[in-house]
Amino acid sequence: MSGFERFVDTFFKAELIAATLPNIVSGMGMTLLIAGLVVLTGIFLGLLLAALRSYRITPITVAIVIFADILRAMPPLVLVLIVYFGLPNVGLTLSGFAVLWLVLSLVLAAFAEEIFWAGIISIRKGQWEAARATGLTYTATLIWVILPQAVRLTIPPLTNRTIAITKNTALGTVIGVPEILNQATTAVSFSGNATPLMMGAIAYLVIFIPVVMLGRAVESRFSWKRA
Amino acid sequence: MMPEGPLLSAIGIAKRFGSLPVLHGIDFSVQQGEMVFIIGPSGSGKSTFLRCCNRLEEPDSGAMIFDGVDILGKGVEINTVRQRIGMVFQAFNLYPHLSVLGNVTLALRKVARKSKTEAERIGRAALESVGLSDKVDAMPGTLSGGQQQRVAIARALALDPKLVLFDEPTSALDPELVGSVLAVMRDLKQRGMTMVVVSHEMRFAREAADRVVFMEGGRIVEQGPPAQLFEAPREPRTREFLSRMMA
Repeated sequence: MSGFERFVDTFFKAELIAATLPNIVSGMGMTLLIAGLVVLTGIFLGLLLAALRSYRITPITVAIVIFADILRAMPPLVLVLIVYFGLPNVGLTLSGFAVLWLVLSLVLAAFAEEIFWAGIISIRKGQWEAARATGLTYTATLIWVILPQAVRLTIPPLTNRTIAITKNTALGTVIGVPEILNQATTAVSFSGNATPLMMGAIAYLVIFIPVVMLGRAVESRFSWKRA
Repeated sequence: MMPEGPLLSAIGIAKRFGSLPVLHGIDFSVQQGEMVFIIGPSGSGKSTFLRCCNRLEEPDSGAMIFDGVDILGKGVEINTVRQRIGMVFQAFNLYPHLSVLGNVTLALRKVARKSKTEAERIGRAALESVGLSDKVDAMPGTLSGGQQQRVAIARALALDPKLVLFDEPTSALDPELVGSVLAVMRDLKQRGMTMVVVSHEMRFAREAADRVVFMEGGRIVEQGPPAQLFEAPREPRTREFLSRMMA
């Protein structure tokens, strides 16, 4: 067997591709589902926290900063394991799916909060003053004047961070969530061949390259000429 | 309609930033339909005082009687008051994410609770009054400074205020664009709008103001009709300031 044949046999074995493809496709569905849910809940929660923080009520600010710092400092894998294996001891059993969704949402929320907060404080004071001077309340100013601008500014860093965190759906493999990597490693353990892993890698690219491109498109669409 | 008496009266307005006193008990009033200019060196407290008139700055003490009500009093709904006191800023402060019409109609929609159609009708009329009917759908960033400031004036006018505060409205403009903004202010005066203007436009003050107030060191030093204040100032400090400004 030549080197090239050995390479093809290890990573691109035809019968294995055919046999594993349905599992990988179903793993892609699971990855997309969790990633989508994490993006929705994580970004929504992050925006909510950043908005709450802008009221500058000390106890709330302190709680948000502590939350954000801890979740940003902790490796997500550690959190996934603690929640999945720890919570049942206090009588709360969550499915692997729920744990992955919860943990990644909180991690994304922590990063998104910091990014949105940076966006909010970068909006010039004059924007607040102009809106308040027309009688808008603090909350109305935040919603209609500040957040639309802050959110646009945060699209590039937020897109990058969101991609980085949704890729962590692969952590689901250690708690039995049948996402792409879990499907691939299961197939590897049955076949003793790396082809399913290569398929998994390609599946991630199929999902995330369009996301990266979408991020770039959104970024240019949401920019506007500064007044 | 208000009977007699000033539209706005400041009584003993005092303000300090930390340990630094910036206003030492300002007494000041504006009559209905009057255009008053506040002039003075930078750091004299004139902008801070103007911002106390709609509580963008909270005075430490004193009273600010607007339309018969002390707006510094407890239980005053300041957001309601602010609909009737327009404000125009040096840096325009247009909302860059909204169109020109969006800028002018935001408070009509969200504060005055007008329908979209009604808000847009009022907004278009306000933009027409500042000569910008053709810029309704433009984004602020595509306009010249003079046009942006006229949009800002239209944004204030759209709420049908009784008083408009101008905080150095032409200081950020290129000289050739100043005229268009001053023309709008002159037109407003002719329509009877009450205005308080903090400005360095001495020639315009002399020509258009009903009264000029000279502030220095957080106090009103002197005030009077422009002819008197500019031609025959009583106070040496006023004379000194004017000679520097006119030089």
